[in-house]
Amino acid sequence: MKRRRWAWLGVAALLCAGVFGWAALAGVEQGAREELFAIPEGTWARRRAGDNVDILPSQIRLTLGLNDVLLLKNLDSVPQTFGPTLLMPGQSFRLPFEVASEYQFACTAHSSGQMTIIVDPFPASPLARLRWRALRLVDSIRSI
Amino acid sequence: MRFSMTDRAFLHRSLLTIATMCASLSLLAAEPAALKAGVFEPPGAAPGFSLQSSAGGELTLARHQGKVVLLGFGFTSCPEVCPTTLAVLAQARKRLGLQGEQVQVIYITVDPERDDAARMRGYLAGFDPTFLGGTGKPEQLTAVRQKYGVTAERKAVGNSYSVGHSSSVYLIDRKGSLRAMMPYGRSPDDYVHDLRILLNE
Repeated sequence: MKRRRWAWLGVAALLCAGVFGWAALAGVEQGAREELFAIPEGTWARRRAGDNVDILPSQIRLTLGLNDVLLLKNLDSVPQTFGPTLLMPGQSFRLPFEVASEYQFACTAHSSGQMTIIVDPFPASPLARLRWRALRLVDSIRSI
Repeated sequence: MRFSMTDRAFLHRSLLTIATMCASLSLLAAEPAALKAGVFEPPGAAPGFSLQSSAGGELTLARHQGKVVLLGFGFTSCPEVCPTTLAVLAQARKRLGLQGEQVQVIYITVDPERDDAARMRGYLAGFDPTFLGGTGKPEQLTAVRQKYGVTAERKAVGNSYSVGHSSSVYLIDRKGSLRAMMPYGRSPDDYVHDLRILLNE
C-alpha cells in the first residue's frame, strides 16, 4: 500500500514538473497583435429593451509583443461610448501600447466608471513565461 | 542600329509610363505611417463648437482649420492630470521648432463656475502663451463633451469640489478630421512623432 502511494506521488510530482517545465520553457506564440472587442449590431436595441449587455470587461490584460494593440469596433447602427471613446457606427478605434504599465480610462459603461488596461512586458525569461501563463489562466477562470 | 524620331518618341513615352506606374505602385505598397495615439478608422469630422475664448472673442474649431489641433478637456484647479498634460503638450510643441507654429492647443474647461476666460488665459500662459482655453455656459460645455464622448463629474472635497474627467487629448488634422486620441501619460516624444506625421500630410 505504502509503495503504491509513493508511486502515485511520484507520478503526480512528475506531472507537475512537466506542466511547470512546459509553462516556463515553451515559447509564446506571436500571432495577431490586436485584441478585438466589438459592439455587435442590435446592442442599442437590446439595451433599450432592458437587456444588460456587457461587452467590454472592466479589466483587460495585454502583453507587449504579443497582443499589445487594443481594437474596439462599433458594429451597431448608433454611436456608442465604448471604453475610453465615442465611436460612430461602423467606426473602429485602434490603440497601440509600447510601454508595460497599468492604464486607467474613464468609462461610463462600467459601474466603477473606470476601465483598467494592464500591459505586461514580453515574457522573455522562463520565470516570466511561467508568471504570464499563470496570469492568463487566472484571467480565463475569472471570465468564465 | 538607328532609331527614327517616331521610335524614339514611343520609347520615351513607354519609359515614362513604366516609371509612373512603378512610382504609383510603390506609393500604394507603402504602409501609412502608424500613429502612437489611438486611431479612429475611418476618421470623421471633428465636432465643431462655439465657446468663449481665453484670448477674448469666440473660440471655434473651424477657425483653426489648416493647423493641427490638440484638443483637451480639464480645469485650472486640477491638481495633477491637467498640469501634467499641458506641460507635455508645451514640450512637444517646443520640440517641433518652427513646425510647432502649425499646432494649436485648445483646452476646454469642465469647470465653468471657476474657469472664466481671464483665469484660463493666466493659467494656460504658464505653459505656453499660444494655448487657447474655451469656456462658456455649463450646458454649452456639456454639449461639447457629449460630442467627443468626454466625461466630467463633480466631486465634493471638503468645503470645495474637484472634477473627475476624461484625460485623453484629441488629435485633429489640418482638414478638421478627428484622427486620433492620445491617452493620458504619453510622453512629449509620442506627441512629436504623431504631430510630425499629421503636419507632413
